[in-house]
Amino acid sequence: MNASVEFHEAGAAAGRPLLEIKDLAISFTTSNGEVNAVRNAHLTVMPGETVAIVGESGSGKSTTALAAIGLLPGNGRVAAGQVIFDGEDIAHASEKRMIELRGNSIGMVPQDPMSNLNPVWKIGYQVRETLKANGLPSGPDDVAKVLSEAGLPDAARRASQYPHEFSGGMRQRALIAIGLSCQPRLLIADEPTSALDVTVQRQILDHLDKMTTELGTAVLLITHDLGLAAERADKVVVMYRGQVVESGPSLELLQNPQHPYTQRLVASAPSLASRRIQAAKELGVESDDLLAPAEDVVVSTSLPDEVLQIENLSKVFKLRSGFGRSTDFTAVDDVSFSVKRGTTTAIVGESGSGKSTVAQMVLNLLKPTSGKIVFDGVDTSTLNSKEIFAFRRRVQPIFQDPYGSLDPMYNIFRTIEEPLRTHKIGDKASREKKVRELLDQVALPQSTMQRYPNELSGGQRQRVAIARALALDPEVIICDEAVSALDVLVQAQVLNLLADLQSRLGLTYLFITHDLAVVRQIADHVCVMEKGKLVETGSTDDVFDSPQQDYTKALLNAIPGAKLMLPPEVATA
Amino acid sequence: MATYILKRFLQLIPVFLGATLLVYFLVFSLPGDPIVALFGDKPVNEAVAARLREQYHLDQPFWIQYLLYLKGIFTFDLGQDFSGRPIAAVLGEVFPVTARLAVMALIFEAVFGIIFGLIAGLRKGKFFDATVLIASLIVIGIPIFVLGFLLQFTIGVQLGWAKPTVSSAATVQDLILPAIVLGLGSFAYVLRLTRTSVIENMNADYVRTATAKGLSRFRVVRVHILRNSLIPVITFLGADLGALMGGAIVTEGIFNVPGVGNRLYRAVTQGEGPTVVSIVTVLVLIYVVSNLLVDLLYAWLDPRIRYDA
Repeated sequence: MNASVEFHEAGAAAGRPLLEIKDLAISFTTSNGEVNAVRNAHLTVMPGETVAIVGESGSGKSTTALAAIGLLPGNGRVAAGQVIFDGEDIAHASEKRMIELRGNSIGMVPQDPMSNLNPVWKIGYQVRETLKANGLPSGPDDVAKVLSEAGLPDAARRASQYPHEFSGGMRQRALIAIGLSCQPRLLIADEPTSALDVTVQRQILDHLDKMTTELGTAVLLITHDLGLAAERADKVVVMYRGQVVESGPSLELLQNPQHPYTQRLVASAPSLASRRIQAAKELGVESDDLLAPAEDVVVSTSLPDEVLQIENLSKVFKLRSGFGRSTDFTAVDDVSFSVKRGTTTAIVGESGSGKSTVAQMVLNLLKPTSGKIVFDGVDTSTLNSKEIFAFRRRVQPIFQDPYGSLDPMYNIFRTIEEPLRTHKIGDKASREKKVRELLDQVALPQSTMQRYPNELSGGQRQRVAIARALALDPEVIICDEAVSALDVLVQAQVLNLLADLQSRLGLTYLFITHDLAVVRQIADHVCVMEKGKLVETGSTDDVFDSPQQDYTKALLNAIPGAKLMLPPEVATA
Repeated sequence: MATYILKRFLQLIPVFLGATLLVYFLVFSLPGDPIVALFGDKPVNEAVAARLREQYHLDQPFWIQYLLYLKGIFTFDLGQDFSGRPIAAVLGEVFPVTARLAVMALIFEAVFGIIFGLIAGLRKGKFFDATVLIASLIVIGIPIFVLGFLLQFTIGVQLGWAKPTVSSAATVQDLILPAIVLGLGSFAYVLRLTRTSVIENMNADYVRTATAKGLSRFRVVRVHILRNSLIPVITFLGADLGALMGGAIVTEGIFNVPGVGNRLYRAVTQGEGPTVVSIVTVLVLIYVVSNLLVDLLYAWLDPRIRYDA
């Protein structure tokens, strides 16, 4: 994208910023009064330049960007400051003026491809109305051209399909097509790929890069991923709690972060941390925070070494295809691996690779079609209901969505106590003592006991889920995308906690994730899955340092920021 | 899709048999002798009564009566009512009137319910919204016969804007006031349903994206908010058509409309089994078919819905 700067400068007023946000303050009217979401925000986007706003959820990064296109939610307003687009202050511009600007001067690519296309209109229709509203030719050929430029294959036919017939990646391409269809001078891309698999994410971002470079479009990229921001943007603006805490050229900011928050963010960005741990190892620095090496765990040697053995596991689902017929869909195809006691094994793969299906079968929530799962020397399919009950006590899950996996009607005490009550462990007093201990273990204050899930943050909820999983003193914990829904800093804290608990309690983890950066931080062994098959297994170091399969290489290359080399002294800061 | 429709039509058979059997049994079980009642204050002429009983199969046991009735249906002979007119002719007379009334009520509740609901939804929490919400609550709360008499008296009698009763021709003009009364309850529901749906859709991501594309507010509202909001509303309206046809009894009584409700009421009080069963069966079939149409309409409105066999 750097190249585009020169390209565009000839056309634009030399040296004048395309977008300049000055002293911007945005407040929301809520039932609890005014809430200031953004204060004193400053940023400048030059024509053709890519600027990234980085921050965690609630930092005000999306709100700032939405103000630039006049799309603040109904209860939000610009309380102070200016939004200057091409010399014109549009912070309080009329709706009529904003409609003129939207589409052909300022375009937007929204975050979630699943919810941003209207489900009842064909894709082509949704592109055509954009062209039409901005006074551009909107025949079927024009629509197909816009879609194919965004990298949608077979665009003419695809245009007559509905959004639900598209995959997530294709929908995001359609949204990019819409955002760029009127060749805006500024494109606001709000987490354009955070809902997509890494390899798809990379393709989409590459394509977006190419298009905006060709068109000379300036991009305001909103992301929570510092690695991605650094890789894609010329400049990075870091926001924290509604304020811009630091901004500057991407590499400079990464290598020499000034503000304490930026330093923490750089230190825990998973995409960069994958390099960091490696660097730390090479330097012989003790990685006391993130990875508790399995060798340090003291495990009684009398126990069998391999606590879980998965042998030739397959799962076939029957898909209904009308008229009473069904087709077979092989979700998991002949998968074998084993998990050593006290270690962490990660299963990585993109959505649809069958990794969660494996987890559900290991948890005995789903019956395998063939193959077996041997837990502690016993085939789990032979267990009767009483033995399954005992098995559940020893193997516990932690699920992805900390909002969905806690009962909103149960307070935290009841949530954590429930497994103890179910398994009739202890009396009331001893259970309460146990819950207090568990809260201590996951570093939550004991006062949390009387609170309800909706009063806790995402990270706190996931800690509660971990405490609940630990309540029965299990031997194995299956983490199904357990940190995927969390902000980077919170994610790092939870991973720390998991590593710490492992070294103290000798836990075994089976970690299901799509995020290779997380794997790097937590796992000893990696299983890579693609379309139901196990394509590569090995120790984490081997797989990361010398991947054998093309698919694994593609996955590794797709980690945003993976190619950015940071000096070790910064990386270990 | 064709299989699905066929399946739904096959479902009509058990529904038809069940409905006729149930209604026939209920009429059969009514206390009192309908033939004796026909003589009113006059002394009963036993010979005439016996002939009438034979003519209407009232001397037969229940099952024979029912089977004879079924046989009649399949030979396109629904029999006669107590005044000697063919029931088929009676149906042909009363159903068009009630259908006209129900369709007018449906149009009234759809047009006004959707417009008011849309405006209320777009101006959530403002004066219009609050007023309309309270008004709709009042309409839902007051029984239809109270509303009916109230409107008949004020608009029909005092103000003279519309005829307080309906002529035997039951023209569209005659039926305006009854249609409004009949549609009022559902109007309030349509309004509230539209409003809720609009509020939900207004905050949808695709509406924000549509705005970001540079579309005018009017287009965003019409194409992206209203269209999506109408899916549940139209489902309700379709199902309501059947309910309006059967539920018009009270309204027809108030305004003296010569429709299904009035005739059915008379048939029930006189114990005219075949007439009651015929009318109710047609109502049930209309209900079932309109529900099928709603389901097909639903698939057409929302492309994500597919009916597999």
